Amino acid sequence: VARAAVLGRLNWRLGEVVEITDETSRVRSIAFHVPEWPGHRPGQHVDVRLTAEDGYQAQRSYSIASPPEDQRLILTVERIPDGEVSPYLVDELIVGDQIEIRGPIGGYFVWEAKMGGPLLLVAGGSGVVPLMAMVRHRAAVSSMVPTRLVYSSRSLDDVIYRDELDRLGGDNDGFEVIHTLTRVQPPDWTGYNRRVDSQMLTEVAFPPSATPAVFICGPTPLVESVAGALTLLGHEPKRVKTERFGPTGG
Amino acid sequence: MDDTSLRLDGNALGGEFQEIFAQELTSARVQCGHCGKVEPIGAEHVYMHAPGSVVRCRHCESVLMVIVQGPSGYRLAFHGCTWLDIPHEA
Repeated sequence: VARAAVLGRLNWRLGEVVEITDETSRVRSIAFHVPEWPGHRPGQHVDVRLTAEDGYQAQRSYSIASPPEDQRLILTVERIPDGEVSPYLVDELIVGDQIEIRGPIGGYFVWEAKMGGPLLLVAGGSGVVPLMAMVRHRAAVSSMVPTRLVYSSRSLDDVIYRDELDRLGGDNDGFEVIHTLTRVQPPDWTGYNRRVDSQMLTEVAFPPSATPAVFICGPTPLVESVAGALTLLGHEPKRVKTERFGPTGG
Repeated sequence: MDDTSLRLDGNALGGEFQEIFAQELTSARVQCGHCGKVEPIGAEHVYMHAPGSVVRCRHCESVLMVIVQGPSGYRLAFHGCTWLDIPHEA
């Protein structure tokens, strides 16, 4: 599968929506059946293209949320107000619809269980999506690679994949989730309540001496700040891979 | 808003590169012609808010590549790189 996934020219394929899952009030997961999908690697993305009746086309990139072991291709999309593509995907798309998808794309921001660990994942908001493909892949192949996900959300209601992360984190197989809620916290919240910073990383991240593979994904300001903090803590820059979403995220 | 907050990674150009070269290129290494540092394209800085895309060295911010798509096709300017190292695909 991995070989097929990286070879050849990109072709637009028609993906058919087979299932839609609401994740939060602004985020939904859309599962597609894509005929002759060549397979993908955890961390890769796809391009989605919409064509209006007058021929106008809009194209965006979305991270793949599903692991390679899943037959369906799942995208998790956050609605960006005034966006050209995401409001359609989040609010209009229904089961049975078909849209144009091409991919998989990328080979740099990728982690597979055979690459080992420990694995440190840092997500801001919907930046969790490509990291979730890695977490799901790890679970699907019963990997025991020590893995920590540091996940920054505005509030508990904004946490994507909350139940699944709780479940996976409770398996005692070396996967831990550390949440931080930056804007609103429940009254009984005992976790972090601020942006990911150097102090937090010192407390919850693997130390530089453990030489973890690091993947950071989210809005550009979060990625810049976390990557900078990890470098200052002594993590080798080449082990710290980033995927920036731009100023707004998603 | 300064350019830093608009910064993306080389990953963001994966689709365009694969369309042009029919090959995964974010893992390909490039040497900066200004400071000499070598990085995978996926690790370099990318700015896509102007017409066309600009790839800059993550170390010295020199322009490595400019990619513009016009009505008749692509124009690629690679004047800022010494070389591009494209591996055989695994």
